[in-house]
Amino acid sequence: MRENLHRFFRAARGAGVRLSPAESIDAMRAVSKVGFTDRTILRDTFLLTLAKTQDEKKALGDCFDLFFDQPEPQSPPEDGKPNEQDAQGSNAASDSPGETSGGDEQAEGLGQLAQMLLAQDRNQLSAAIANAASAASLSDIRYFTQRGIFSGRILDQMGIQRLRDDLDNLAATNPALAERLTTALDGLRGTVRDTVSQALMLYGREEAENLRNEILRNAPLSRIEPRQVEQMRHLIRQIARRLRERYSKPRKRQRRGHLDVRRTIRRNAAWGGVPFLTAWKRRHRDKPKIVALCDVSGSVARVSDFFLLLIHSLHEVVDDVRSFAFSGHLIEVSDILESKSPEEAMAEIMSKVGFGSSDYGSSLADFEDEWMSAITPQTTVIVLGDARSNNLDPRADIVRRIAERSKRLVWLNPEGRMAWGWGDSEMPRYSTFCTVVRQCATAKQLERAVSDIVASYQ
Amino acid sequence: MADIRPSASIEAVESGLAAQGYIASRQIATAVYLAQQIEKPILVEGPAGVGKTELAKAIAAWRGMKMIRLQCYEGLDEAKALYEWKYAKQLLYTQILKDKLGEVLGGAPTLEAALNQLHDFGDVFFSKEFVEPRPLLQALEQPAGCVLLIDEIDKSDAEFESLLLEILSDFQVTIPELGTVVAVAPPTVILTSNSERDLGDALKRRCLHLHIGFPEQKLEERIVESRVPGISQTLRRQMVSFIHEVRTLDLKKLPSVSETIDWARVLVLLQAPELGHEMVKDTLNVLLKYEADIEATMPQVSTFIAKASRQNVFG
Repeated sequence: MRENLHRFFRAARGAGVRLSPAESIDAMRAVSKVGFTDRTILRDTFLLTLAKTQDEKKALGDCFDLFFDQPEPQSPPEDGKPNEQDAQGSNAASDSPGETSGGDEQAEGLGQLAQMLLAQDRNQLSAAIANAASAASLSDIRYFTQRGIFSGRILDQMGIQRLRDDLDNLAATNPALAERLTTALDGLRGTVRDTVSQALMLYGREEAENLRNEILRNAPLSRIEPRQVEQMRHLIRQIARRLRERYSKPRKRQRRGHLDVRRTIRRNAAWGGVPFLTAWKRRHRDKPKIVALCDVSGSVARVSDFFLLLIHSLHEVVDDVRSFAFSGHLIEVSDILESKSPEEAMAEIMSKVGFGSSDYGSSLADFEDEWMSAITPQTTVIVLGDARSNNLDPRADIVRRIAERSKRLVWLNPEGRMAWGWGDSEMPRYSTFCTVVRQCATAKQLERAVSDIVASYQ
Repeated sequence: MADIRPSASIEAVESGLAAQGYIASRQIATAVYLAQQIEKPILVEGPAGVGKTELAKAIAAWRGMKMIRLQCYEGLDEAKALYEWKYAKQLLYTQILKDKLGEVLGGAPTLEAALNQLHDFGDVFFSKEFVEPRPLLQALEQPAGCVLLIDEIDKSDAEFESLLLEILSDFQVTIPELGTVVAVAPPTVILTSNSERDLGDALKRRCLHLHIGFPEQKLEERIVESRVPGISQTLRRQMVSFIHEVRTLDLKKLPSVSETIDWARVLVLLQAPELGHEMVKDTLNVLLKYEADIEATMPQVSTFIAKASRQNVFG
């Protein structure tokens, strides 16, 4: 049973539940207290000891059901195809040794596998599959491309070679039996395939997901296929959540150990300077203040979705964010982003200012006229845009003034460095005033950029 | 493994808690049983008002142990949670003992000899007498064991979490001047959290993680029955199924068990025979704590009442 528990832990890791060895030891101890008799108690025990969040509990619960939920082997089988059998039920199967009743007198002299198939003994078959699966270390399966290899290995372990020889011999001597054996073999193949698929679901899910996320993370935002958009949004939300967890800690903290002499003396003046009450030095940190300007014009339409999504998540991480969207002119969108869900907010912003041709000059002028006072020496200004101004006046002087007023000016450009300055791109002119200019075309770069901005206030 | 009957012991926990007026689900009872068996703290998460704090109280009452409660808040530090030197007392004693010190040191010819003599006295002023034990240390010093409730751990700083680690895993604390204080009898530790911030992995690893959500209808009816004995069965069933309908709405703050109990009390006080339209509208503010939520629920009230009474007939 311990072997089974270890396999379950691995399956749980595959389901995305993070398990440390210490946790598995705890689970073992807990299981030894409650025993295996009651399945709901066992399930609750695992949920209590292994899963640490609500999501993990759900994942682990599903994994538990998949792992331990085996249809009991039925005997006698009505039909020759044991196809819904799975190999993970080795414990149930190996406890009840199947009876090799032979049945066919012609089966004499055949290999073990052939006899098993002809006898239609499900218990024995599933036990054999389970043994072969563990011999082929099926629980190492990670990617769906490995399915063929593992199926082959399991069949090899079970002695398919011998079976083929038997089939060849029988084809000449006893065609009817050979046909039965062939059908049974097809059934066996199906079962093994199902076993491998189930193992892939149990053990390979996490790897596959990591791989997909990693690919998505590095994919250019502008070239994402429609079917990936939903996954991408999910990923960006994950990024936002991570940022929030990392940076939403309380900002004020007392530092013990450094006596604030001035305040201590003042506080204890009433006792003639005998320090009854002590005051300790405190470290102050700047609160993040962010002003975000997001280009939503036609030229960046494909990435502006993600920019807005990220700004939306910024609103959740940082208290003091003011965001603006522009193409031909500029409007403030803080309220929309704060009060609505990401999808609604994006639709509303797009309908108000989206998809126009961009005019950086007049948008910047709009900003200077109305909201320049929003920028203080503690503010970080983030501009998300490609700086393509359709050959209109770029008004770099306003960018200079913004840079002078603010703590930092960060420009995130979805285009590659090569394209900056070509055609109507005004990037070189703007970049002289920016503290940081970054290319920001993939989710990974986006995460890095935002993380750096928030980290500078820690 | 064969001789233990876990299901029986878990039922014993369930009935023990029920005797204290706390109706526990199977999972909660399993958690309490396991916590006792493998001596681990329980970290209870869940929305506000589902009885996280009540659980600790019920366990303490059931086992007849003292409950020590540590309410966490931002800026809580070891001086308030663990122990503190009685600074004023130390100062006062030095003042009083000034003359005595002079006497003791009077005989020493040199400064060095005086220092040596002083060393011989040891750390008089850093001994047990001058330690003010705070909840965590108090919990370790209880001879008969106790239930230690660390409430709303998510409100405290991340640094405080690290402070707890030693207590949670080994039931001991280290005070630099005194050495390590080991628990006389390991306390039953319950931590509660509203998931306002994510707790560290190190803390989670040391605990059994229990999530208490909103209870199922049957369970909630039993809870109301045990808490508000005067309520009729019809009304109880109607109001609980009404609340379950309200929970399907997208509200700012969903009504939880404590609100259900409050509402039941209100309805009993108003002597409502069954759930009426006007009655619900007048008392909806007991259930919902935001104006916007009440506005969102108002138009649905009649539908919900109809559903609730229908269920009562057939269920």
